[in-house]
Amino acid sequence: MDKSPLLSIRDLEVRFRTEEGEVTPVRGVTLSVGAGETVALVGESGSGKSVTSLATMGLLPRPAGRVSGGQILFRKRSGETVDLATLPSSDLRKLRGSEIAMIFQEPMTSLNPVLTVGEQIAESVRLHMSLGHAAALKRAEEMLELVEIPNARRRVHEYPHQMSGGMRQRVMIALAMSCNPSLLIADEPTTALDVTIQAQILVLIERLQKELGMGVLFITHNLGVVAEIADRVTVMYAGQVVETGTVGAIFRTPRHPYTSALLNCLPARAQRGEDGRRVVQSIPGSIGPVGDGCAFAPRCSQAADVCRTGSIMLEAEMERSVRCVRWREAFA
Amino acid sequence: MWLKLGRRLGSLLIVMFLVAAMVFFLTRLAPGDPAALMLGDQATAEDIARLRQVYGLDKPILVQFVLWLKEIATGNLGQSIFLQRPVVQAIAERAEPTFFLALFSVSVAALVGIPAGIVSAVWRGRLVDQIVSGLAMLAANIPSFWLGLIFIQLFAVRLGWFPVAGYGEPGAPFLDRLMHLALPATVLGIVNSALIVRFTRASMLDVLSDDYVRTARSKGVSEVRVVLRHAFGNALVPIITVVGLTAALLVGGAIVTETVFGLPGIGNLVVSAVLRRDYPVIQGALIVVAAIYVLINLLIDIIYTFVDPRVRY
Repeated sequence: MDKSPLLSIRDLEVRFRTEEGEVTPVRGVTLSVGAGETVALVGESGSGKSVTSLATMGLLPRPAGRVSGGQILFRKRSGETVDLATLPSSDLRKLRGSEIAMIFQEPMTSLNPVLTVGEQIAESVRLHMSLGHAAALKRAEEMLELVEIPNARRRVHEYPHQMSGGMRQRVMIALAMSCNPSLLIADEPTTALDVTIQAQILVLIERLQKELGMGVLFITHNLGVVAEIADRVTVMYAGQVVETGTVGAIFRTPRHPYTSALLNCLPARAQRGEDGRRVVQSIPGSIGPVGDGCAFAPRCSQAADVCRTGSIMLEAEMERSVRCVRWREAFA
Repeated sequence: MWLKLGRRLGSLLIVMFLVAAMVFFLTRLAPGDPAALMLGDQATAEDIARLRQVYGLDKPILVQFVLWLKEIATGNLGQSIFLQRPVVQAIAERAEPTFFLALFSVSVAALVGIPAGIVSAVWRGRLVDQIVSGLAMLAANIPSFWLGLIFIQLFAVRLGWFPVAGYGEPGAPFLDRLMHLALPATVLGIVNSALIVRFTRASMLDVLSDDYVRTARSKGVSEVRVVLRHAFGNALVPIITVVGLTAALLVGGAIVTETVFGLPGIGNLVVSAVLRRDYPVIQGALIVVAAIYVLINLLIDIIYTFVDPRVRY
């Protein structure tokens, strides 16, 4: 069996043209997701998490955004590996919704208000599974049952506005799962929901992932969620990956000062008096030109002169990697 | 639904009453004694007094209003002073050209304006958008009489493809009618498409950045389908509003265009009635046009409920 990961993003760079000139919200993202694995992509707002996921889907807002460097390798069901960054848009479209699916942060606005939820799920099914109208609607109904929506037979004919936020996110999940994708990208799927609903949705995603054996790229800024759902974690800061590792390793022995600062913001740790909340007081770094040192240096309590010059590379060691020149001294 | 629709109809009656009151009292505000005007310079005081009695003009104005309301409530809009026939009949004779002209023009305007607006929104800021927006601006500012004259000169006189003016012989086949309407409808269609282009473009731009459009793309739906099914389906409400209002406006009679093309429509009728101070015709035509306007608005509201499931009556 092919041991290469399902998704392997290498040194991804994304540029956006804006009125103030070109910006590079993602510059050097390397991460991988294996089949059946859940990888959490964490980082604060503006760190480039969502842009990374949109680039993977080929959904960067056009014509402003484009992938300007790196590769997004995806292993198709057929076994063939393709680079999503350079794949023709018609081929990419065939993968979207069928092999790679996505759920979004805003359940209230992510469903089309003028189509019934059944029609919206069935559209995807008809497109990718070449089923007829009736069969597709039947499949939609089954999907609603799968995501534990009661009265699926009736609900399939309802419009999004007749459902609550949690219900709509279940519909979004049903929609994403409808063609048995091998990779699911979940962009903050629980952020907009009540805490109790959040937990239900997480449990649901976890259950479906196990049942269907999908790889999941789970984007979040909530480390509590990460601990609960992820196998591995990739931490992003200012458009770069700063640390990658298993959940256990990252939570036990964070190597990058930013990761440890993030962990110290968790209420439980902050209460233990572990030097918490320091980072919260400062302002997230803006994305400057590449190469003039570590992007986190201005906020870092461990920063030294060596951090402010040159470009800092991602150091890999076994299953972990970290982008910090001083991690051995600072966190050994 | 039916209860709410009934309530809606009730409020329409109130609107119609207010329209009737305005039409009646505004007409009375015009200077001069209608009876004296009707009889002309040679009339004696007795003649005028007799005519005032015949038309009830000697009664207090509120009594006149109530009597008039009673008449229009039963569908009697009175007798035209100059046309020697009931106002209802005069309007009915003129309704057909105006109705078909309005229908034809709105179809042209929508068929030109909606696709142009969609194209313009999808390729926002590109050359095609600039061309479409420029043409729309031009269309909005072209006087319809000028465009009408150009069209007559080019397509009717020079090329001879269409009749120059008029509505054809009485009892002519429908195709002949269409030929007579083609030029004026195209003129009105072009002039009125400008607003539809702008509304469609704005409405489409609004929805194209919505989250569900991104969701549709994430499903692998083709771009054409994303635009036409997911975006356009949500952009329809404002578009229907502006198309409906354009239709309502045109039913009121495109006075200038009807005059340029010599079409015997409502607009034409009203203009000649105003020139001759044929008060019953003016009042009657205004009432009928207002009623149609109100009904089209009701129709627009009913269409909303089919287009957007969130709208309910």
